[in-house]
Amino acid sequence: MPINSTHYLFLSLLLFSIGIMGTLMRRNAIIIFMCIELMLNSVNLLLVAFSKMYGDANAQLFVFFIMTVAAAEVAVGLAIIVMMYRKVHSVDINILNRLKH
Amino acid sequence: MSQLVYLVPLFPLIGFLINGIFWNKMPKTMGGIIGSLAILASFCVSLGIFFEVKSDSFHGPVIVTLFDFIQSGKLSIPFAFQVDSLSSLFLLIITGVGFLIHVYSTSYMHDDEGMVKYFAYLNLFVFSMLLLILGASYLVMFIGWEGVGLCSYLLIGFWFKNRDYTNAAKKAFVMNRIGDLGFLVGMLLVLLNFGTLSYQQFFGQLASQPAVSSSLTTWITICFFIGATGKSAQIPLYTWLPDAMAGPTPVSALIHAATMVTAGIYMIARSSVLYSLSPMTLHIVAIIGLATAILAATIAIRQYDIKKVLAYSTVSQLGFMFLALGVGAYTTAVFHVMTHAFFKALLFLGSGSVIHAMGGEQDIRKMGGLGKHMRITQITFLIGCLAISGIPGFSGFFSKDAILSAAFAHDHVLYYLGVAAAMMTAFYMFRLYFLTFGGSFRGTEDQHHHLHESPAAMTLPLIVLAILSIVGGYVGLPEVFSEHNQIATFLSTAVTDFGNHHLEGGTEKLLMAISVGAAMLMIIVAYSVNRKPNFVENKGLAKVLENKWYVDELYDTVIVKPIEGLSRLLDRFAERMGIDGIVNGVGKTVRWGSDRLRLLQTGQVGFYIFVLVMGMVALFALSFFWIR
Repeated sequence: MPINSTHYLFLSLLLFSIGIMGTLMRRNAIIIFMCIELMLNSVNLLLVAFSKMYGDANAQLFVFFIMTVAAAEVAVGLAIIVMMYRKVHSVDINILNRLKH
Repeated sequence: MSQLVYLVPLFPLIGFLINGIFWNKMPKTMGGIIGSLAILASFCVSLGIFFEVKSDSFHGPVIVTLFDFIQSGKLSIPFAFQVDSLSSLFLLIITGVGFLIHVYSTSYMHDDEGMVKYFAYLNLFVFSMLLLILGASYLVMFIGWEGVGLCSYLLIGFWFKNRDYTNAAKKAFVMNRIGDLGFLVGMLLVLLNFGTLSYQQFFGQLASQPAVSSSLTTWITICFFIGATGKSAQIPLYTWLPDAMAGPTPVSALIHAATMVTAGIYMIARSSVLYSLSPMTLHIVAIIGLATAILAATIAIRQYDIKKVLAYSTVSQLGFMFLALGVGAYTTAVFHVMTHAFFKALLFLGSGSVIHAMGGEQDIRKMGGLGKHMRITQITFLIGCLAISGIPGFSGFFSKDAILSAAFAHDHVLYYLGVAAAMMTAFYMFRLYFLTFGGSFRGTEDQHHHLHESPAAMTLPLIVLAILSIVGGYVGLPEVFSEHNQIATFLSTAVTDFGNHHLEGGTEKLLMAISVGAAMLMIIVAYSVNRKPNFVENKGLAKVLENKWYVDELYDTVIVKPIEGLSRLLDRFAERMGIDGIVNGVGKTVRWGSDRLRLLQTGQVGFYIFVLVMGMVALFALSFFWIR
């Protein structure tokens, strides 16, 4: 079975959906974080697939952008999670509502 | 010399700055010396300018431009000074009399803790007045005009811890502001219609355009006259001047003699060309002046405060000056300004000397027999009284007689009413004199023990002013005595009289005899009435006079009270409900809205992520349909 663009499309749809569901349903901050990364990379996959399909390298440019931003975001996000763990000895997002009121 | 004219206001300004900046660091005597020296320096320069203007080689007014003041499109108003006979004469009066008052103040105010501040204000006052006199355009005059208003406020309320005094200061300021508005409107009318505010250009245009509409000149002159009624205390804006007695006595002398109240006279004399174009305004000026002269004289008859009597006499004398202006005898009015400056400064400083001796007592019912204790004050005060009453040989006679004969030439009725006012003047002045210096002492034993002649710094100015009050009149001898009326000749280069005031020699002599006889008669009456004074409570007309015709009360009910009521109404409805309501309403709305919006911030991170994803989906959907 030859592999064409449709397969890539469905794969990235699957990855994106896993990411969304994971983000919505899990309470562990690190898992949520990983899911967000998953969503970003599914989009990257899609962009590369379309780039190949249309023979246009512009889309790959965006992939590098997204990878850079994602790297920066990971640095900041992991730092926040580490700080959070130091304070409350947990990475459960449901105990972060103490700032309410 | 006249190019150095900027020095004249510069010295008082420097004095003001030094005294004003270091007022709490400087020793008191120092402040007095600096203040007096500044005015003395101005006086010396003024003398030089005066003699240059008087010499034959002087031709026409000299304009000294200091810098460009307002430059906007076609409008150009330089900050310039004008030196001519009128301004040089006023310079002499202001700096000369002002200097004597400064010297007097060094002694009078010596026990006051704010003495240096006082001298700073005094210098600023003289500076503003000099600016008013010297300006070559109405705008520069207006700067000085406002300046003297401010300084009068500062000085009347100098003892600001007393609520009555600060109220008097406020009254003076507000009344002046009402007049100032008239002046301002007049100035704008001139600017709109003639495009200039400079005297020379404006009067030049008036002369070269015969077709200037008379209603325009009437409006302008009336607006200016409203300004003059405020500054020179004429009906209906005169009530501030008697209340201005709240200030220290030398300040009263300065306000009444050298500065401030003469500003209105000066302004009209300066605008004589304009006023001559509007006979109707001149009528109004004459009538208002005469009415003020009579009204103030009647009030003065029944006052018991030594300074109040003098204050009303000033209002009355100013009325005479406006009468002279109104009949077109501008030079005569300026002449009376000059003589009045001498004898009224003398009288006020004399009354200050009396108050000083009495330890602050101002009620003439508690005085009497002071002549034995303070001979110099008594004699100089007597000279002042004789001068103001118009007794021959003293300065007031010449100027007042000139006014009355000009009034006679204009309209006989004006003359008779003027003589009536002059008779009252003689009566109340000598009533004051006899009650203060004649008879026996009516005060307490303590006060009697305290009586003493004032120190030399106070008596010397009195003596100088007394001499001036005698000789000051000889510069304006009437035609029947001499062909050379020096002051009229001198002023003729700057001020042109309007109408014919020439009288037959015989008529003039007769008029003189009538007014002198009337004044003499009133002095005798005053003596016989007040030889054995008994102060019963006034009834009927006398009570009305003692209460100043209830004018203050009238103003209070007709103007002040309704305005206060309106303000209270506006405060309650427009301010508290309207403006405060809007401001508070905005705040309340934002608070209410935030209270509702706050519920979104649950603090549940899961919820935030859910909203985030929903937002993402919504954006997807939106772009999906959008592209479609």
